[in-house]
Amino acid sequence: MDKSREIRKKRRADFLRSLCFLLPSLLGVGLFFILPFGVVVYYSMIDGVASRNFVFLDNFKRLFENSAFRMASLNTLKFSAMAVPLAVVLALVLALMLECRIPMKSQFRTFFLSPMMVPVASVVLIWQVLFNYNGTVNEFLMLFGAQRIDWLQSEYSMIVVLLLFLWKNLGYNMILFMAGLANIPKELLEVCDVEGATAWYKFLNIKLRYLSPTVLFVTILSLINSFKVFREVYLLTGDYPYESLYMLQHFMNNTFRSLDYQKLSAAAVVMALVMVVLIALLFRIEDAFGKDVEG
Amino acid sequence: MRKHPRTGRKRHLFGRTAMFLLCLVFSLVFLLPTVLTITNSFMSEAEIKSNYGMVFSTTSGGFVSKTVNLKFIPDKVTLSQYITGLIKSPEYLLKLWNSILLVVPIVILQVGIASVAAYSFTRWRGRIRNGIFFFYVILMLMPYQVTLVPNYLISEWLGILNKPWAIILPGIFAPFSVFLLTKFMRRIPFSLIEAAKVDGAGEWEIFTRVCLPQCRSALYSIAILVFIDYWNMVEQPLILLQDADAQPLSVFLSQVNTGEIGLAFAMATVYMIPSLLLFLHGEEYLVEGIANSGSVKG
Repeated sequence: MDKSREIRKKRRADFLRSLCFLLPSLLGVGLFFILPFGVVVYYSMIDGVASRNFVFLDNFKRLFENSAFRMASLNTLKFSAMAVPLAVVLALVLALMLECRIPMKSQFRTFFLSPMMVPVASVVLIWQVLFNYNGTVNEFLMLFGAQRIDWLQSEYSMIVVLLLFLWKNLGYNMILFMAGLANIPKELLEVCDVEGATAWYKFLNIKLRYLSPTVLFVTILSLINSFKVFREVYLLTGDYPYESLYMLQHFMNNTFRSLDYQKLSAAAVVMALVMVVLIALLFRIEDAFGKDVEG
Repeated sequence: MRKHPRTGRKRHLFGRTAMFLLCLVFSLVFLLPTVLTITNSFMSEAEIKSNYGMVFSTTSGGFVSKTVNLKFIPDKVTLSQYITGLIKSPEYLLKLWNSILLVVPIVILQVGIASVAAYSFTRWRGRIRNGIFFFYVILMLMPYQVTLVPNYLISEWLGILNKPWAIILPGIFAPFSVFLLTKFMRRIPFSLIEAAKVDGAGEWEIFTRVCLPQCRSALYSIAILVFIDYWNMVEQPLILLQDADAQPLSVFLSQVNTGEIGLAFAMATVYMIPSLLLFLHGEEYLVEGIANSGSVKG
């Protein structure tokens, strides 16, 4: 009896001590993220900040009926569906290329990472020069007799932003893949070489299997970054861009101006739910794959 | 499998050359905007206008070429843009100062608070604490679209909306550093901590004398990542700091008038210097930091 009480006491002391260290961070997170998010959830279910009548899902219904919201989510979804696979595959290709025995490897790595430090604003200026109706890319196309394209004011606008997104994010993803590749047991690859396996076999059956957790992580990360692309779109085209570039963040930003808390809160809650589901799903998959490799 | 070693080697060499050239092409594409920003910052306003006049159509007259000239090397190298930006108009320097005032406290305090929290996640585990850690990961992965609304609300209540604190305070408690540092700290050999404990060191002592010295490089790499992230922020100041005088240069740069493109290039170059220095000095740390963020599991 005495012993178990002592253990329990020690455990509680441990718990309290750990809490002491965690407290500063936990208090901040609570005050700046959890508490206000609770309020956001509450706001999403009342009819107005003044009247405060509980309406449950009405705001969500209103949100889903809102054509701007629907367009913004659809565009964001479309963009992510294009950007994420490309960001994953191309980054993997880059990482594999830098694994080969070629000169200037570390310089290449530096170059591929360099977009991280360039201020968004100057990137946007360059992009405007490149993709303007009278811009460099069109000049180049006209050399080959092609019609010039109004890049930012047409269906092509998504491609322009996609290029910007890839340019900005490939380096980071590449580093993640390089770290993953470095973790593959060398013996395994050596056995393959001795057995005379082709490079393709090695890639499919060993590298890709060991990389699967990294692939998933890069997927999550790229997905999140693809939501952040608003920054570039906003600077390229302002509050009301060409329709296919009207992203969720535009919707949020413009709703902010009108101070429609209910709509805004409902949108934030929907977004959070979608993210939690996506993250949980990816966690599950990472679990399954991780076991596969370890076992 | 290879029957003819010689042809095999030849094919190998060919493949490697192709790979090298491909890397070279990629590098050019990746470096282009950076190089253009820097070289164009040494052009005079007139040259900028004649090169890009069509894109940023200005009403101020002067010669405007019909086509756009993407030029790498200025006709005449001039520092006039820098003189305008740094000496003649103090507003740019003021914005730069704003940036520093916002970012430096965020970096220092975020890493500081995170290191204490990460120590807690490293030393003690349990269902509740694992749950909290998982929650931090989810919070870290939330896009701005979700966190900005709560941030706005709390700033409004605390009366710090449109003050620098509205950006600094949530920045300090952003969970990214906690996550990354925990991953680093969990790699410290447990025996080190046990040994200190046997020697009669208290938790705080173990933390400052054993744990922190072990993660010096981790702290540095995380600080670089956090710095780069906040140095280029646009969304948060746009919504939480609407007073133009208080905004950082990253926001201001994006709102330069179309008549001041050359100035924008020059200021962007100036703005790039801190990140560039950190990058060149600490690339290995940066790479290590990124590589360690590579899995959501602790």
